[in-house]
Amino acid sequence: MKQSSGMTLIVKTVTRVSVWLIILYGIYIILHGHLTPGGGFAGGVIIALAFLNMMLAYGRDFIKKWVNISFLHDIESSSAALFLAIGILGIAFSGSFLANFLSGYGTLFRLYSAGTIPILNIIIGAKVSMGLFVVVWALSIFHIDKGGK
Amino acid sequence: MPVETWLIFVISFMILGSIVALELKDILSSIIAIGIVGLGVSVSFLFLQAPDLAIVQFLFEIFALIILVRAFIKKDYHQEEPSRVNKILVGVTIITLIAVFLLSVNIFKSLPAFGKPLMETSEYYLANGAKDTGSANLVTSIILDYRAYDTLGEVTVLFTAILGALTILRIKSRSKDSVEEQL
Repeated sequence: MKQSSGMTLIVKTVTRVSVWLIILYGIYIILHGHLTPGGGFAGGVIIALAFLNMMLAYGRDFIKKWVNISFLHDIESSSAALFLAIGILGIAFSGSFLANFLSGYGTLFRLYSAGTIPILNIIIGAKVSMGLFVVVWALSIFHIDKGGK
Repeated sequence: MPVETWLIFVISFMILGSIVALELKDILSSIIAIGIVGLGVSVSFLFLQAPDLAIVQFLFEIFALIILVRAFIKKDYHQEEPSRVNKILVGVTIITLIAVFLLSVNIFKSLPAFGKPLMETSEYYLANGAKDTGSANLVTSIILDYRAYDTLGEVTVLFTAILGALTILRIKSRSKDSVEEQL
């Protein structure tokens, strides 16, 4: 990584601290989706924005070393398959597709409740965060290519 | 003040923002003025007591703002000449819109009052949602339990859209063959 890539030292130092807090907040929103406003979609967008913050502050080359982009794409694609797998497990245990076959366990207003809803929230969160970040990354690659830099 | 007054205030602010965005010459200023519209939608969702939607709308407003600024801030952005306005066509369009609006006044009168939907399914969800699914947040219990097929369709749409975007961008970048190994 060259020293000149990305933004100034102040932005990089602030980002280094704040990115983890943003990711933690996104995970909180996803895990508490069945108790408070939010859910898989909103939390996934928060995590994607944290990755985007990292990309804007440190530059495109750093993010390519930091994470493996095709691995993120694999997470995104397998989340869609996992969603279908939960639906098929609903057929196996409860008789209808996407049935909430775990809804009897846990107590209301606690983190451990609501059956398959938190599981589906986590799957959707993984899918949305990785998908949005991969699309933005691909768009930025496309932009350099078009500019002929 | 009732919530309708606040909504009228927010919506007129949004209309003002979009007019400003249309009239400004600088592209960055218009993008920021468009941001007023998305923020106003988010605030009006808050007034209508829908915090789930307000969070998602606010986050996507930030996302769209970043993408628009990244896309348009380049120097090679080519601004198109404004097309000539056909005044007769604009007049005919406005008269047709006013006529359609006047003809549909009876339909508007037959709608239920603002904020009072007469839906039996929503009453069922409010009464039995927490008992049936065990989820304290009723919005989540609807989108992931009662209406989970809808969410499955949404996931499929997102998956297909990302796949299509990646495919098109890879075809474009393969012609230069320097970017191909990055994906």
